[in-house]
Amino acid sequence: MAAGSGSEKRVIVIGGGLAGLAASARLAEQGIQVDLFSIAPVKRSHSVCAQGGINACNEVARQQGFSEWAHMDETLYGGDFLADQPPVYEMTHWAPKIIDLLDRMGVPFNRTFEGYRDLRLFGGSLFKRTHFAGATTGQQLLYALDEQVRRAEQDGMVTKYEFWEFLWPVTEEVDGERRCVGMVAQDLRTMQVRAFRAGAVVIATGGCGLVFGKSTNSVSCTGAAAARCYQAGAWYANGEMIQVHPTAIPGADKCRLMSESARGEGGRVWVPRTKGDKRDPRDIPVPERWYFLEEKYPKYGNLVPRDIASREIFDVCVNQGMGIGAENMVYLDLTHKSREELDRKLRGILEIYEKFAGEDPRDVPMKIFPAMHYTMGGLWTTFTPEERTADSVMDRDSNRERVIGMQIDAKNTMSTNIPGLYALGEVNFAYHGATRLGANALLSCIFDGLFAGVGIANYVRDDAPDEEAVSSAPFDAAVKQEEAKVESLRSRAQQGLTDPAVNPYVIAQELGKEMTDASTVVKTGERLEKALNKIQELGERCSRATLADASLWTNQNMAFTRSLSDMVKLAEVILAGGIERRESRGSHFRLDYPDRDDDQFLKTTVAEYDAATGRPKISFREVITPLVKPRARTYGKVEKSSDPAPEPRETVAAEATS
Amino acid sequence: MTSPTPVSQDSAKHELGAERSVYFRIKRCDGPGKATRWERFKVKVTRGEGANVLACLERIAANPVTADGAKTTPVVWDAGCLEEVCGACTMNVNGKVRQACSCLIDTCAPNDGDEVVLEPMQKFPIVRDLWVDRSRMFETLKRVKAWTPIDGLYATGPGPKETPERQQERYIYSTCMTCGCCLEACPQFQQEPDASKWDTSFVGANAIGQVQLFNEHPTAKELAPERLDAMTAAGGVSECGNAQNCVKVCPKEIPLTDAIAAVGRAATIHGIKRFFQGK
Ligand SMILES: Cc1cc2nc3c(=O)[nH]c(=O)nc-3n(C[C@H](O)[C@H](O)[C@H](O)COP(=O)(O)OP(=O)(O)OC[C@H]3O[C@@H](n4cnc5c(N)ncnc54)[C@H](O)[C@@H]3O)c2cc1C
Ligand code: SF4
Ligand code: SF4
Ligand code: FES
Repeated sequence: MAAGSGSEKRVIVIGGGLAGLAASARLAEQGIQVDLFSIAPVKRSHSVCAQGGINACNEVARQQGFSEWAHMDETLYGGDFLADQPPVYEMTHWAPKIIDLLDRMGVPFNRTFEGYRDLRLFGGSLFKRTHFAGATTGQQLLYALDEQVRRAEQDGMVTKYEFWEFLWPVTEEVDGERRCVGMVAQDLRTMQVRAFRAGAVVIATGGCGLVFGKSTNSVSCTGAAAARCYQAGAWYANGEMIQVHPTAIPGADKCRLMSESARGEGGRVWVPRTKGDKRDPRDIPVPERWYFLEEKYPKYGNLVPRDIASREIFDVCVNQGMGIGAENMVYLDLTHKSREELDRKLRGILEIYEKFAGEDPRDVPMKIFPAMHYTMGGLWTTFTPEERTADSVMDRDSNRERVIGMQIDAKNTMSTNIPGLYALGEVNFAYHGATRLGANALLSCIFDGLFAGVGIANYVRDDAPDEEAVSSAPFDAAVKQEEAKVESLRSRAQQGLTDPAVNPYVIAQELGKEMTDASTVVKTGERLEKALNKIQELGERCSRATLADASLWTNQNMAFTRSLSDMVKLAEVILAGGIERRESRGSHFRLDYPDRDDDQFLKTTVAEYDAATGRPKISFREVITPLVKPRARTYGKVEKSSDPAPEPRETVAAEATS
Repeated sequence: MTSPTPVSQDSAKHELGAERSVYFRIKRCDGPGKATRWERFKVKVTRGEGANVLACLERIAANPVTADGAKTTPVVWDAGCLEEVCGACTMNVNGKVRQACSCLIDTCAPNDGDEVVLEPMQKFPIVRDLWVDRSRMFETLKRVKAWTPIDGLYATGPGPKETPERQQERYIYSTCMTCGCCLEACPQFQQEPDASKWDTSFVGANAIGQVQLFNEHPTAKELAPERLDAMTAAGGVSECGNAQNCVKVCPKEIPLTDAIAAVGRAATIHGIKRFFQGK
């Protein structure tokens, strides 16, 4: 039984972060009814965590030689040329308009003395192009969109289903083509499983940080929604591209970002020279401390670039077992600086550390470790390229004869390989290639919703099959499938402590550890293969996982365990892609293949679920590069090694929170 | 921004990795209308690991056995960001309403054997255990039209210019994460199970803060008369008894009493105007 549909065609949007909210607002504006689903109230989505800012070309930077084109170039270069170029062209050219729009919505962007929007410098650029609202830019942008969606809700255009979890997309062959015609979801309070019909389904469920155990992400970032679409036949692209932030504060529950400005201001990284030394760090005399970055990189010391810092810290802890107290942690020490100076320069970030680590970093060295931060890979999506010549109205780069962007009204914009199923925001793979520049994610999420919303509305109006054309059979089958999963989980429930082998929380911990060790900062074919075996074992244990709660009311234990088995599927995709990509590119560093290999791997990794084996099939697709010729991504490293002209201090400091 | 949790003043040096036990006494309830009960759990924490209340709840979920050895179900709770920006994990910890994610065990239960008491918020209907239903707060945002009525989503140019001072003033109100601490602490705000009465019951401090936020914005203030209608109607700002509890518990240190004063004044003037307009 499928409910929720009247005679008019509707769109289901799953996820109310920046991407889902932007899409909902756009669709409502286009006169399309939206059913917005989220496991949590949308105003609490993960997007609130973003602190640093959002990039866009602006008038000040323009007068210094920056442009939308330059923003595009930085994004492609940063992503090591793995991104298809037309979407990046379009996004960066929309960026200034998006900032204007957010400004009109009332986002309290920081201001200059005269009252214009203030800007800050961020990693990956020599120009100030990052707009920010206090220390909570993501929260402020999310709230602005949330307000507009609430307005649309008040006008009857949006219906919210909060505390509902998406479980499965429903597809049906219509006129010889398989299309997405709705989905199955579960109310996380009543635990009712139900099907919903729609002209199109939009997945905007964010990244997959939890696959790596503790990450900088929110608890909802499991990747389970994407994994379910993948198991239903949607392709997953560039899964191996995972961004790690070098300096996070390892907490008992998550890792919180520590701004890189701590290193920029003279923070020194060290571990005790004696393995497993458990002394209070203040009792360890200097000769017994190993300042490994200063020792290995005498010229740059603690200011080595992000990826090198991550790799060295990782090597010291994971490979050499030299982390603090044999744990995966190193000290980032600012205690040699005066309190007064620290407060003047770093107060905000030191207070975050104090709040969550419970120690004053002015007195005690901070403990940090690299942490999974962003999911560049995601559901594979497509678009319609649009060629524009010099006289085209939409083209701002009038000095160029021909550019290629995306066609705004195209019905396939950000469509997965299953027509009618779209993916927007961090959950797709479209904009960031092999690594993401700081402050580009918020932009890509909002752009996705605003831009693709137009094409999705067109698809629903013109192409989506009428309700009569779709029988209730596929809905009933999908509900049955999901109810069976629920029953199977319940049948294994028993209160109290379970055998660790089948305890879902233990399995989740093992999954996170294995993925972090094998598939983040440094990878090798051998280690990835080993991890794949371990993941198979975890998958098998997952299928026997035992709940401690059988109830049919707000059973978080069940929702968690179900997501876990989907996270295991996604972990396989991430590992399989990493194994096949025998090169190093962006965030993907293979010790056994340390160089980029454009001949073989200037290609998108595509994982397709093989229902027969339950394993991913990996293939590669050409990257669409009509605008900028891929060049080596060095960030001036070569020149620097001969005579270090250190990066402008401000740049290091400003890499900040991203 | 918020001030950090005070760092425990005992700067006595401690060994890393010293393990200890804390007890959690948790008020549990299986669902709306079900009886409540207390359960006590023993949880191991390591000094300096940065464990917070939520990390301990996770440990209980992985090993749902009470301190007396009785088998039970995992405790249900709400969480999102784990860094005090989403508002999800609000609950009463040792009798004080706050976010559980920013509540560190080394601070709230510094000694071996200390006890932490967890209770759900009282002003909202229970869903299960520590999880309550705060949808009323989101509904109230509709009542006070907490949005800017822009023309549409296509670009038409920048928004209005704003001085840094005004931006700062608005920004702080805009950090409200709809957590409900201010409502939990307010003597005037009561639980109201009947949703049809929400629009005439006391709106609460956070919504008044939102009225102030939007009435200060050059475009959003176009709706100020409608917001002030809501503020002068039943359940509006005049029902605030000025107990000032709200401002003491707001984790984002939003100057709620300033907003209440400003909106109160505006509402009075607005009421007089309406009176002379005969509306
Ligand atoms: C600590 C941190 C700081 C950051 N700082 C910056 C920055 O300064 N600048 C920048 O550009 N980027 C930054 N990023 C990245 C950026 O915040 C994210 O990429 C972006 O917010 C993702 O938005 P989204 O809309 O794709 O998804 P999210 O905001 O993650 O929203 C996902 C939505 O999907 C819902 N959902 C998930 N699964 C399901 C399901 N199964 N069923 C129903 N609903 C579901 C969730 O409830 C939520 O509403 C940062 C990220 C982190 C972690
Ligand atoms: S000042 Fe008003 S809103 Fe705040 S707690 Fe007191 S009565 Fe409630
Ligand atoms: S005003 Fe403060 S206490 Fe009240 S909901 Fe907002 S953030 Fe929470
Ligand atoms: S989990 Fe978001 S505020 Fe605590």
